[in-house]
Amino acid sequence: MSEIADAFVTALKLIFTGDPEVLSITARTMAISGSSILIGALIFIPLGSLIYFHDFRGKRILVNLIQTLFTLPTVFVGLLVFITFSRAGPLGGWGILLTPTAMIIGQAILIAPIITGLTISALSGVSPEIRETAVSLGATRFQTIGMILREARYAVVAALLLGFGRAFSEVGCAIMVGGNIAGYTRVLTTAMALEAQKGNIELAMALGIILIALALIVSVLANRLQQRWVR
Amino acid sequence: MKSNIFRRSLILTAAMLLGVLVIFSGCASEGWSPLAAQQRLRVATTTSLYDTGLWGYLEEKFEKEYKVELDVLYAGTGKALEWGRRGDVDVITVHDKSREEQFVAEGYGVERHPFAYNYFVIIGPQSDPAEIENMDPVEAFRKLMEEGQTNGDVKFVSRGDDSGTHSKEKSVWQAAGYDYEDVRASGAWYIEAGSGMGPILVMANEKSAYTLSDMGTYLAFKGELSLVPLVGKGGILLNVYSAIAVNPEKIGGVKIEMANNLIDFLLSEEIQELIGEYGVEEYGRQLFIPCAGQEL
Repeated sequence: MSEIADAFVTALKLIFTGDPEVLSITARTMAISGSSILIGALIFIPLGSLIYFHDFRGKRILVNLIQTLFTLPTVFVGLLVFITFSRAGPLGGWGILLTPTAMIIGQAILIAPIITGLTISALSGVSPEIRETAVSLGATRFQTIGMILREARYAVVAALLLGFGRAFSEVGCAIMVGGNIAGYTRVLTTAMALEAQKGNIELAMALGIILIALALIVSVLANRLQQRWVR
Repeated sequence: MKSNIFRRSLILTAAMLLGVLVIFSGCASEGWSPLAAQQRLRVATTTSLYDTGLWGYLEEKFEKEYKVELDVLYAGTGKALEWGRRGDVDVITVHDKSREEQFVAEGYGVERHPFAYNYFVIIGPQSDPAEIENMDPVEAFRKLMEEGQTNGDVKFVSRGDDSGTHSKEKSVWQAAGYDYEDVRASGAWYIEAGSGMGPILVMANEKSAYTLSDMGTYLAFKGELSLVPLVGKGGILLNVYSAIAVNPEKIGGVKIEMANNLIDFLLSEEIQELIGEYGVEEYGRQLFIPCAGQEL
């Protein structure tokens, strides 16, 4: 029990003394996961909408497939990115394996099914009456889509938060494609794994506490943003 | 009408993709681009050299002296060699002589340069239920095998991850006259964990089991463990660390000049001396014995 208490004390110390290494690891974590969620939002919210607003053969199967991929194992994605960007792999010439770019790509792939699938669910949750009302009031198709997206915003933001949470907290892919290089590809989760491996259990736990605190801040901010959007 | 929306959505998606590209190029300006990766030298090292802090200590000195960003990647010897074979790193520092020689013979490595050594230790619970303390390591393994199958208190945790330590364990089993597959199949006393040295030490500690560890990692973990070193003598436990540059003739894109600089740096008199002194203050004993130029 005292170990857990010590970890909290260590975490607070690290945060409030502004330990430069912890700060840079934290900033890097936010930058990498932030980039992947941004990419995820920019590509996969429109993709999810595209799938929702169109009827085509095999749509059900596609949606089922996307939902299945919610459980995509992080190590599997790590391997996929690894063999693609390893020098011996098809895109090895890009030389981005073991860089933050590869980590962003890995995380974006990891969260792609979540954002796409939950966007579809979010849109499905909007009452069809709204669509009909909009059309009957003479809204263009584009306006209608905008309206439905607006109605579904809570669920879409929740999808983004869930995606962010997954990208932010995963370690399997990050360590495999980033390599946990100090000052370059080391993020909170990989630093935790390393410190635990080195026997610095307390420091590892402190980093975990920082990670959870950050997740809390992000979620509060997202909720704030949503509320402002309502007004 | 419908195809109109479709077209619009497509245009929207295309615009989003463009946005992503802009973000990527933005990342590039922060030094995250493929180009920036070209100005970095990558060394893959075995975990023991990393967890003891040796590489962190040497990295700074090397970067200052040669004005290059050194990326230090840690993994078991098996993975470090694989990184080398795939051309993802420029230099490896590992500890498994036979696989290193194979790596060089297959043309992936230029030459094997031993630069430091120490010894593996068999550690176990203080009560030592198999009574192996101070035995010859090969005899100790034989005893562990016999006791393990009959005495419920005797357990052994194996790395089981193709690391240098795992290779050493296999070669001790072989020297004891066992086929490794038979050891694996010999019962529940033999636990194959498939993890790094640190987690294995913690696991062995939880289970009051025996295990084979490199000295450095054991010392780094000592504070967390109630296990004690039981067998540390015997030539078979010799643990030699070597540096090998990845062969640019076989693998394109290797920064051989800088890789050679790193090897020269490790073998230089000044750094050899530092390696010999490293950790003495923190752990109260020498962690690595420098051995540049020796045949080990």
